[in-house]
Amino acid sequence: MKLLELLGYFNYWVFAIILTVGLYAVIRKTNLIKKLIGLSIFQSAVFLMYITMDKVEGGTAPIIQTGVENQIFSNPLPQVLILTAIVVGVSTLALGLAIVVRINESYGTIEEREILDAD
Amino acid sequence: MLSAPLVVLLQPRGLAWAGATVAALASFAIALALTIAVLDGQPQVYAMGGWPAPYGIALGVDAFSALVLLVVTGAGAASLLAARPSIDQQIEQERQPLFYSAWLLGLAGLVGIVVSADAFNIFVFMEISSLASYILIAGGPDRRALPAVFKYLIMGTIGATFYLIGVGLIYMMTGTLNLADMEARIGDVVDMNPILVAAGFITIGLALKAAVFPLHVWLPNAYTQAPHMVTVFLAACATKVALYVLIRFDYLVFQAKLADHEVQFALFAMPLAILGILVASAVAMFEGNLKRLLATSSVAQIGYILLGASFVSQAGLSASVMHIFNHALAKGGLFLAVACLAYHYRDLRLDQLGGAAARMPWTCAALVVCGFSLIGIPGTAGFISKWLLISAALESGPWGWGLVAVILVSSLMAVVYIWRIVEAVYFRAAVEGDSQPAEAPLQLLLVTWLVALLNIFFGLFPGVPLELANSTATLLAGFAS
Repeated sequence: MKLLELLGYFNYWVFAIILTVGLYAVIRKTNLIKKLIGLSIFQSAVFLMYITMDKVEGGTAPIIQTGVENQIFSNPLPQVLILTAIVVGVSTLALGLAIVVRINESYGTIEEREILDAD
Repeated sequence: MLSAPLVVLLQPRGLAWAGATVAALASFAIALALTIAVLDGQPQVYAMGGWPAPYGIALGVDAFSALVLLVVTGAGAASLLAARPSIDQQIEQERQPLFYSAWLLGLAGLVGIVVSADAFNIFVFMEISSLASYILIAGGPDRRALPAVFKYLIMGTIGATFYLIGVGLIYMMTGTLNLADMEARIGDVVDMNPILVAAGFITIGLALKAAVFPLHVWLPNAYTQAPHMVTVFLAACATKVALYVLIRFDYLVFQAKLADHEVQFALFAMPLAILGILVASAVAMFEGNLKRLLATSSVAQIGYILLGASFVSQAGLSASVMHIFNHALAKGGLFLAVACLAYHYRDLRLDQLGGAAARMPWTCAALVVCGFSLIGIPGTAGFISKWLLISAALESGPWGWGLVAVILVSSLMAVVYIWRIVEAVYFRAAVEGDSQPAEAPLQLLLVTWLVALLNIFFGLFPGVPLELANSTATLLAGFAS
């Protein structure tokens, strides 16, 4: 029973693991692109958390249909929220990549250590 | 009335600077009008799209947000007014319209954070303002701006994501995103553990954004490498707004409902604040670059604000809110003076600035006035908030005297580093033979002096900000007890 309870939180376990993997990559990697990939993974974990919590058991997409009553719906609000967060994440990633391109243009490298040595 | 964010979102073309400045001045005027309305009594609330509060997104302005709103729009308007000569020097002509529109986006984001009463909306506005400020900083002329901004981007995004996790956990337990509604519904939550975790995530995330020691490593480099006027704008308000959200969230939502939360918060915030004050002041004492010195001292000043908040008392809160206002004045003025200096001095290391006072007497006098305000000399704005902070520390219990000692020691350190600047510009011989008087452009100088005089004015007559700070403290402490 205990084991099943733990497994029941499968999505939340995955959320925690992805979160840590992403954060580890951000901190540990010295290549700037790999850092951004880590950041992206880190953010995706949060998306998963929001999407998981809106699921109602037996619920479907919240579309009102004629002739169907007592239908259980999943909560649409977190999905909308996370859609916004995804957009924010994409623009952050785009800006980060643009900065990396400019770093590469002016330093000729995207390795953190070589950049530090260059100045 | 609250359309400030929308007005500001308009994309200026052609007369970019004029458009941006008019928009910023307009939002400053709106902020003033709002403040007067709030001082009259009732906080202002506006339901976006006509949906009532717990369901729709509400915007609200009370005493706290009115004060921070004044700081943000004031800093935006003042820095934009003065920006023209300095920006012309640092940014190429054809990129300027884009630059100014990024500036306005940043301003709109910051204003949005302050007026929003919705946790998720705050996240979105936070990201808008952060993305805009990454662009602004990356506009710096030196290539070292790029790694600095990359670091800021990484840490800023991690901070915002932590905040998002916290908000998600609270939403999971309470089913609401409206701050006031959240406060009411947290009482019904049976299992408090997720809320506790959320409090942790939100505090850490916002502390990252606010550059609370030891999460401040992004700040000195980013501020040093940014274009000078951008530093004025960001140093005066960007971190303050993150602190504003931190204080508001913590007092409004968590303090009243989490058992022992005031002890946890104090134990978390106070050591960090003290360490930040002492370490950053010590680093600033030995810093050779003028801009970097002032940026490091910002970290110490953020420590003061956090220290005031960590007393969890009415006096501490009003000291802390007061310091948000006064530090913006002092540091904004200092960086404006730095921008004036930088108009003629490309290299801002202290040993290169010898003889500057003879060349630019007005600029250096303004630098000294704002420096005094930063130290907290009586008669300047900085004195008022340090005085409030010390009296709050004495009230706070047996450790009060130790905290007073910390504040005094760090004020002495501030005397040391401000004196190093004064010594460099007034008493050191010029590096080259060139000592022709050459003041900064009048536009830049006038705004600098305006801010410097405001420092003295609010030091002698602190009435309005003090009233706002006190009613903020009553408001927030009312939730805390």
